Amino acid sequence: MNQEETKLQRQPSQYHTHISAKKRLFSLNLGEVWRYRDLIILFTRRSFVLTYKQTVLGPAWIFLTPIITSLIYTFVFGGIAGISTDGVPTLLFYLASNAVWTFFASCVTQNAATFTANANVFGKVYFPRLTMPISNMLASVIQFFVQMILVAILLCYYSITGAVSPNWWGLFLLPLILLQLGILGLGVGIIISSLTTKYRDLAILVTFGVQLWMYATPIVYPLSQLSDGVMKTILMINPVTAPVEVFRWALLGEGTVLPVALALSALLTVVVALVGVMIFNRVEKTFMDTV
Amino acid sequence: MSNPVENREVAVRLSGVKKMYKLGQIGGGTLQKDLQSWWARVRGKEDPNSLIGSEQRLSGETFLALRGIDLTVYKGEALGIIGGNGAGKSTLLKLLCRVTAPSAGEIDIYGRISSMLEVGTGFHGEMTGRENIYLNGAILGMTKAEIDAKMEQIVEFSEVRDFIDTPVKRYSSGMYVKLAFAVAAHLDSEILIMDEVLAVGDMAFQQKCLDRMRDAATKEGRTVLYVSHNMNTIRQLCDRCVVLDKGQIIFEGDVEEGIEHYMGTKQTSSGVVELASLKRAPEFAGHAVTLEAIWSEELQNAVYPVGSKMKLRLSYTSSRAVASANLRMMVRSAEGNPITMCTTNEGFSVACGTRETVEIEIDTSRLVPGRYTLSTVIYEVNEMGHNSNLDGLKEIYNFEIVAVSGFNNNMEWTTRYWGNTFSEPMKLRKITAGPTR
Repeated sequence: MNQEETKLQRQPSQYHTHISAKKRLFSLNLGEVWRYRDLIILFTRRSFVLTYKQTVLGPAWIFLTPIITSLIYTFVFGGIAGISTDGVPTLLFYLASNAVWTFFASCVTQNAATFTANANVFGKVYFPRLTMPISNMLASVIQFFVQMILVAILLCYYSITGAVSPNWWGLFLLPLILLQLGILGLGVGIIISSLTTKYRDLAILVTFGVQLWMYATPIVYPLSQLSDGVMKTILMINPVTAPVEVFRWALLGEGTVLPVALALSALLTVVVALVGVMIFNRVEKTFMDTV
Repeated sequence: MSNPVENREVAVRLSGVKKMYKLGQIGGGTLQKDLQSWWARVRGKEDPNSLIGSEQRLSGETFLALRGIDLTVYKGEALGIIGGNGAGKSTLLKLLCRVTAPSAGEIDIYGRISSMLEVGTGFHGEMTGRENIYLNGAILGMTKAEIDAKMEQIVEFSEVRDFIDTPVKRYSSGMYVKLAFAVAAHLDSEILIMDEVLAVGDMAFQQKCLDRMRDAATKEGRTVLYVSHNMNTIRQLCDRCVVLDKGQIIFEGDVEEGIEHYMGTKQTSSGVVELASLKRAPEFAGHAVTLEAIWSEELQNAVYPVGSKMKLRLSYTSSRAVASANLRMMVRSAEGNPITMCTTNEGFSVACGTRETVEIEIDTSRLVPGRYTLSTVIYEVNEMGHNSNLDGLKEIYNFEIVAVSGFNNNMEWTTRYWGNTFSEPMKLRKITAGPTR
């Protein structure tokens, strides 16, 4: 008990919380989030453990899901529709594209439900709300790297046979791409989830929205397949297009890298992130009254 | 408050805290109003949906759960918060736990705060006891290293050591609660906030929890804020108390005085108590019979000496004739604990349309001195023997039993140890002859 007492006496002013009715626009209180880093790790771990509990194949599903999806894409878009992949082996093309899209999409969809799905926990105890979206993003990052193992195996095989020639140094851009897509997905997800606390309609729309967004992004086809037109303009405005193309350019050696598109995409990401933080701060404190 | 208190270190300070809730459903209308308000603000005009004269607690579509709370809690103090339903206790705790933010006012919290508005927050059935300890601990603000250090103590306290690596979905509800409380009880935070979580687990475990909280406040110098309907736990745990009523603090100070004050809001009944206009519980919303009034012919004030039986008159009206109605009278202590119940043995007929009066006699001769309340239900028994409630009201008649000379050898009766009823004096005969052992 003595130890406890001295500890308490040493740190009386260390934790001072001030709560007032006023709302600040752009403060994330990242220091507090850092104090709860163990919680972030535990949440991340939980999302993996829970997905594969009581399944026969267990963690094997992490590999099986992208393989099955890519095989379907290969069959439907490559086989039946006959969409060109700019000379990249179709399975590799779809596996890589799918990995990067899944990362972005899961950032959006998982965070879109953050507030409503965890209302029972949020309503009973305080911890920095940001830990939830961050751990969701981390889980998506891990899932992405697991999928990249598959991509790497195929990539090794095809580079030995000479079917693809990656821009090896471009791979250093990978963390930047991930960061940008992560922040963008997080931003969009948080905006949606903040608005769903009051209006549940968005939660229903998000499923369609993400699906539509995928087709408006060069995932199942390369950007080079599109001729100039309305569709191409939409694609170029879409902030996900540029990072995806850079990703494929680095990894598969084929892709349209436009500095203007990259700059626009980066700018949009910053705007979305700022708006996300703003809305999040507005909603975070009182959403329990409306959710 | 007296002066010595002023020098103590402050743990929590609230000044002018208000909390407003919007009433009604959120839907298309809300969106329209939100847009309207937003558009008005953009143009710099007055918000058409803003409140006018928000002095009243309930005004239009908003409800003031807290109407300006000023409160200072000092370090190492165990503060009890009491008040009737809807007084704003839970809202106050929610604000302190930062689950939601105040609509006006400032709150300063010095030290880490951990809340037990519910035990087992974030517990997941699929995960084992141990995994849940980590997750729950982290949610409550502990780091992994802290949990590691306390793991042994937590497991020991929880009494579920043998099942610690089993998914908690296989736990009994008692085990679940014990594990959850064990985590919460071992938090390192300087301020603990609790909302009646102790109303769970078996008696022995409840006592263990109370002792643990008592220790936290007295031996470890932590601050405890505790909300409960059970006055006995408040007595055991707290050294100061605050009484809330309709969103305001109406008393602050000594625990016994506070409980008195809270009870004082429940005066003993006098004269004729009108029942017709009282609000019914939802289950009695469409009551066929209406209980009209209850009164005593003999006494103006409902104060009875120990050992007396209560004679009361009850009047009612009915919208239909009932062949066999019955009455049930529940006796509760003023603190809300159920004491006993009596019912009519034979049904009586209820006429349609006319106001009727019955006289009832309730055997209260075994009740010890103290304050009690009567609650009643009138119910119908049909030919098949099925019961259905006709009307019912809670706490319609407050009465007090006072000691008479010679009762309990003139010793004061301690309800806490001896309960609310007494038995016939013991028969004792000294054996001097015959078989002894």
